[in-house]
Amino acid sequence: MTDTNTPALQLQGIVKTFPGVRALDGVDFDVRPGEVHALLGENGAGKSTLMKVLAGMYQPNEGRILIGGQPVQISNPIEAKAQGVVLIHQELSLVPEMSAAENIYLGELPRKGMGRVNWKELYARSNAILERLKCRFRAEVTVANLSIANQQMVEIARALTVDARVVVFDEPTASLTDAEKVVLFDIINDLKSQGVGIVYISHRMDEIFTLSDRITVLRDGQYRGTLTTAETDEDAVTRLMIGRSLDLSRNEAAPDFGKTMLEVRNLSCAPLFEDVSFTVREGEVVGFYGLVGAGRTEIAETLFGLRTPDSGQVFIDGQEVTIASAQDAIGLGISLVPENRKEQGLVLQMNCRDNMTLPQVHNLRAGPFLSNGAELAIFDKYRDKLEIKTPSWKQTAGVLSGGNQQKIVIGKWLSMQPRVLIVDEPTRGIDVGSKSEIHQLLRDLASQGYAVIVISSEMPEVLRVSDRIVAMYHGRVMREFEIDDVTEDSLVQAISGIKASEPA
Amino acid sequence: MLIDRLKAGGPAIAKQGILVAFILFMIVFSVMSDRFMTTGNVMSVFRQATIIGVIALGVTIVVIGGNLDLSVGSMLSFATVLVVDLHDKIGPELAIPVMVLATLCLGAINGFLIGILRLNSLIVTLGMLSVIQGLVLIYSGGQNVDIANQTDTWFRFFGRGAIFGVATPIIIFLGLALVFHVIMTRMPFGRRVIAVGGNPTASVFSGVPRSRVVFMTYLISALCVAVAAMILGSRVMGSQNNVGQGYELQVLAAVILGGTSLLGGSGSILRTVLGVLMLAFIQNGLILMGQPYYTQWLVTWAVIIIAVWLDVAAKRGRLFSPIA
Repeated sequence: MTDTNTPALQLQGIVKTFPGVRALDGVDFDVRPGEVHALLGENGAGKSTLMKVLAGMYQPNEGRILIGGQPVQISNPIEAKAQGVVLIHQELSLVPEMSAAENIYLGELPRKGMGRVNWKELYARSNAILERLKCRFRAEVTVANLSIANQQMVEIARALTVDARVVVFDEPTASLTDAEKVVLFDIINDLKSQGVGIVYISHRMDEIFTLSDRITVLRDGQYRGTLTTAETDEDAVTRLMIGRSLDLSRNEAAPDFGKTMLEVRNLSCAPLFEDVSFTVREGEVVGFYGLVGAGRTEIAETLFGLRTPDSGQVFIDGQEVTIASAQDAIGLGISLVPENRKEQGLVLQMNCRDNMTLPQVHNLRAGPFLSNGAELAIFDKYRDKLEIKTPSWKQTAGVLSGGNQQKIVIGKWLSMQPRVLIVDEPTRGIDVGSKSEIHQLLRDLASQGYAVIVISSEMPEVLRVSDRIVAMYHGRVMREFEIDDVTEDSLVQAISGIKASEPA
Repeated sequence: MLIDRLKAGGPAIAKQGILVAFILFMIVFSVMSDRFMTTGNVMSVFRQATIIGVIALGVTIVVIGGNLDLSVGSMLSFATVLVVDLHDKIGPELAIPVMVLATLCLGAINGFLIGILRLNSLIVTLGMLSVIQGLVLIYSGGQNVDIANQTDTWFRFFGRGAIFGVATPIIIFLGLALVFHVIMTRMPFGRRVIAVGGNPTASVFSGVPRSRVVFMTYLISALCVAVAAMILGSRVMGSQNNVGQGYELQVLAAVILGGTSLLGGSGSILRTVLGVLMLAFIQNGLILMGQPYYTQWLVTWAVIIIAVWLDVAAKRGRLFSPIA
């Protein structure tokens, strides 16, 4: 029996339950040395839970973990790392004030006598790792001064301080540009050729098909099967994952636009955005496309009363309005589904229903008291309408999956019966199944007569949901496209600041 | 095993832990001292606990809203000195409203600095603790104050009176607790306080008037101090300049013992009432057992640490954990 045939890591029959939820229900998973094994599943399917079991952050109720064929007990991440299992987190967990080197060796800094840090050794070793990763920065720099992509490299470098047998990448490309992805993929292939087993978690099919050797799919905490990448296709994987095929076509029903619901004229809030004008009609979805930092979120926040503009006018239903606070905006029928659902969208330790009714809680009364019935009616309506999966309204919002959390936030704002609905990055960090549901929902809302603004950094998303696209670059509107006239090239040019040569 | 019990009944134990501890203490003290479980002693401890108790109700709301109020101790000195001093000068019917208004002004300053200007509540109220103590000394010129005719004034009702045989302070305390409990659990304002304490940013993005909500919590806290001052002034019929010194920590101890999270966003008025009573009975029990009064500081601290530990352990499902 050669070493390559023994899986580097095996998980057998893992069961993990939380109060009211069976998060993992007998899951099997293994990684061989020198292979990339992709782990797929919708949000809430149990991927993160499985990886937390692997890293020792959760103890499984049943099942066992074998490393190199030997059963092991892992009770915390430090033990996991000592066994050669390293997790690279979806969210960066670096100490921004420290140097890259200190972060790489955090908790295990090389020492010399009297417990003093051996800085020379630290920097030498760190730089060696960074070189191996082909990074172009030195280990002495402070992490806060690095780009997100380079911070991710530091996170990966951390994994390489030990002789890793298995490295888990949890959504590593979420915040990377295309060029940076190429570098990451090189690194993964490099690790692979050194005999390291790679677990790759991602929602992006193209990445999974470029990188992986095998694909394992989880659904609702259950093992659905393992496919060999070379012998399968996206459709088969998707069917396994969500139990049906995806409808990726655009809704081609003839658009039926009503009157102009929102008009923005020459709105400025220097230096975030300047001289922005656009309109949104009833029944229309206007997509705002641009790079991160193009000023789109800031426009949304201004329309929602969270920022004060320097100049410009806003008209709702033909009336000029002043929006000085979020309460003003809500009163005028503007709703904002913010881009960061955990920080801006939800009070995580509050229950689902209370989160959903928060913006109108002062109106849901029987006499001076809260009306339990009115609150539950709203929650039940939008739970059914948006198919939110939660055992009860009493469930704390923080324990739900990303997709369900996002639906709570969307439900919260739909229940306000808005005249203008602004949705900022509606599917960030959400799996393909929920993603297509949310796209369909946005189209449905438009066909019901809502005026919708969708801010997105994903081109397929804006192309799929929008009737019109506003392209922004550095705080300015570069061009507006009707959906029938837009091409990917012209869109990319517009958001990169390249002026269109053709006449309007 | 304790760990298994914690895992199995985690949230239930966390909720009831303080109640269980409270009952245990009562049983132990009853066995150790035959004077402890007498009606006279229980009622007297209860009555004495109402000053800390009433203030703790207001501070609970401040803490659920994600802030601290350390100025309540010297605010109590201020309010008590004011109401006692004015009692003989302008009569109780005017002294009370003037004192309440003045105390609310102090609360409004806290509320403005913390709610509207969004300054750190620890720094602001720690500063106010000194500032208000200074104000009291300036006002009184360092003299202690008292009421000349202590038997004939109706002002005695708040601290020394009784309704149907139950001491007025107890009725005020329990009545206020009930009202606050209803506000926090059944009214929109309570929901907003919880939301602001839980996630201020998300609250603003949900149209909750965060500044106003925080401002209100400090007004409520000041109002509670004013009520406590009426009870205290009426009971003592006089006041020292520093009568409330150190109360802020006792109040905070009761709030923490009641399981209200210092991070904001969760807590309970009724459990603060339990926390208040538990502190009071522990202190009383130790004295009855012949312990010097300063042992109560030690025991109180130990009880709080254990309570907080069990609470945290129940939340994460084990007693020790290297990660959150």
